[in-house]
Amino acid sequence: MIEIKDLHKSYKMGSNSLHVLKGINFSVEEGELVAIMGSSGSGKSTLLNILGMLDELDEGSYTLDGVPIVNLNETKAANYRNKFLGFVFQSFNLINYKTAMENVALPLYYQRMPRKQREEKSLKYLDQVGLKEWATHLPSELSGGQKQRVAIARAMAAEPKVLLADEPTGALDSKTSYEVMDLIQKINDQGNTILIVTHEPDIANMCKRIVHLKDGIILEDKKVKQVRAAAYV
Amino acid sequence: MFSKDRWNEILQVLTTNWFRTVLTAFGVFWGILILIILLAAGKGLENGIRADFGDIATNTLFMWTRTATKAYKGLPKDRQFSYKTSDLADIWENVDGLKFVSPRNQLGNFRGSNNVIHGLKTGAFSVYGDYPEIIKQEPMDITSGRFINYGDINEKRKVAVIGIDVRNSLYEIGEECLGSYIKINNVNFMVIGTYKKSNVDGDSENAQKEIYIPFTSFSQAFNRGDDVGWMAITAVDEIPITDIKEQIFSIVKENHRIHPEDARAIGHFDLNEQFQRVVSLFGALELIAYFVGILVLLSGIIGVSNIMLIVVKERTKEIGIRRALGESPWSIKKQILMESIFLTIISGMAGIAFGAFIIYGINYLLDANGPVMMFVNPSVNLGVVTTALVILIVSGLLAGFIPANSAIKVRPIEALRTE
Repeated sequence: MIEIKDLHKSYKMGSNSLHVLKGINFSVEEGELVAIMGSSGSGKSTLLNILGMLDELDEGSYTLDGVPIVNLNETKAANYRNKFLGFVFQSFNLINYKTAMENVALPLYYQRMPRKQREEKSLKYLDQVGLKEWATHLPSELSGGQKQRVAIARAMAAEPKVLLADEPTGALDSKTSYEVMDLIQKINDQGNTILIVTHEPDIANMCKRIVHLKDGIILEDKKVKQVRAAAYV
Repeated sequence: MFSKDRWNEILQVLTTNWFRTVLTAFGVFWGILILIILLAAGKGLENGIRADFGDIATNTLFMWTRTATKAYKGLPKDRQFSYKTSDLADIWENVDGLKFVSPRNQLGNFRGSNNVIHGLKTGAFSVYGDYPEIIKQEPMDITSGRFINYGDINEKRKVAVIGIDVRNSLYEIGEECLGSYIKINNVNFMVIGTYKKSNVDGDSENAQKEIYIPFTSFSQAFNRGDDVGWMAITAVDEIPITDIKEQIFSIVKENHRIHPEDARAIGHFDLNEQFQRVVSLFGALELIAYFVGILVLLSGIIGVSNIMLIVVKERTKEIGIRRALGESPWSIKKQILMESIFLTIISGMAGIAFGAFIIYGINYLLDANGPVMMFVNPSVNLGVVTTALVILIVSGLLAGFIPANSAIKVRPIEALRTE
């Protein structure tokens, strides 16, 4: 599904440049649930941004579902993001003047799906995350866990090939975190490929594979026995 | 472009901060209001002046003789001459584009000695020998009887059309004047009609103290032979008389052996030139109105642009989210532009509507309080409103352009990081 070869990325900081990713080789199969771990500054967010086409790579190659991701202009990148990727952020990033349903429908709107279809589909995904009754509520009327579930519904609505989650539980207490992880696991059970950036070991252990990053290189890449979050809920 | 979602979004954004939106809109509202009122005021002035010209044929040249100032073909300078009726025929035949060529003779005026008698009353009036066409060049309302016609001209009838003030000073109240006789320089003329002139600038009193008699009768009764005192020449509407007057001058110069470069021999008054001067003044006024109005509008536009920049800044994160979800940069740009145009047009329309309301009020006051000197019916026509709308759309585009560009200049990853 994801194929990364010899990935380098550095940032210019004034006169000196900061070499963040120093040759990453990494691939993800369909249906995997991967945790990317590492301390801050290890390059895990940069890696996720490159995977999410929010950032460009300096060297190396990136292939997503057989499509080489090269020479992206903004329009093309936006189109790929819309078709291939779903994003879940630490701070939820819901649009606060739109209702839960409108937020979920947003990626579908960018696909130019007709309004009626959009509403049906977004209701279906809200139902999947258990928030159908909250469809007409604004984000400000939802709790943190609910917001993140709306965000997951939004990420899934466009039926992406890969779901990218950047610290999805970072702003949540542990009980809500496990609820969210339970949801992510269920989505993974349906065969969706998911990548999670986290620095919490218990969250990482709920994935099927953990990739440890340190100082821009992969320190360790191991399959783990998945801990079901449902046990804690 | 006109999808419901986009409009919902525009309304959502603009109504989030009502007070700010209204304040911003006010700048554009004010600008377009001032533009409309200035244009209407200019139009009112123009209408006022045009009303003073009335339905006088403005494409008219008045031409009289003066003394020749150059010797020519054996004839001395300082020589007097007079137009002849044959000049008119020559002008009519040799110059294209003429509508009326009217010879005129004049006798006495209101300042002169008494020259008209009716019964026991006398008065001093201007007496004109004229052709029937003069009523089209110098319009007057026939209040009773009729005007001179070609029967009068051909048969040299001694008939007269008198002004309303002539009637009032020569006749008793209630006395029938039609069919009675007045004595002009001891020649009897039968009164066949009375007239009243409207729309004469500043001289309305004297304009009613005139007597019109057939040109031919005038010549015969007062021994003018085939002399013509002066002429009123009107060209067709498409050709300005100013362009063809030199042709006319050269014909009469040749007929009377005047040196071709003698500029003083022929006196003339070019009404068209004067009128065009006034018309160009209105053009200048309109230009000033647009200039001032658009400058005021510009500050409103800058206000809109400013607010849109702030809105974009505030929404940086949101824009980042949208781009992460796959909205194309062009779509975001379009959104900002449409918000800007929408805000500009709505506030502009409000300005136009309010301007129309004020103009209506002014017209109402003018109607209620009687006419004001040189100011009639201030108004803006559909053309001006259309122009204003085009200005608004263009300025909305301009106002949104910089903010829209700055909205997509931030990379989505940076936009997402902003708090």
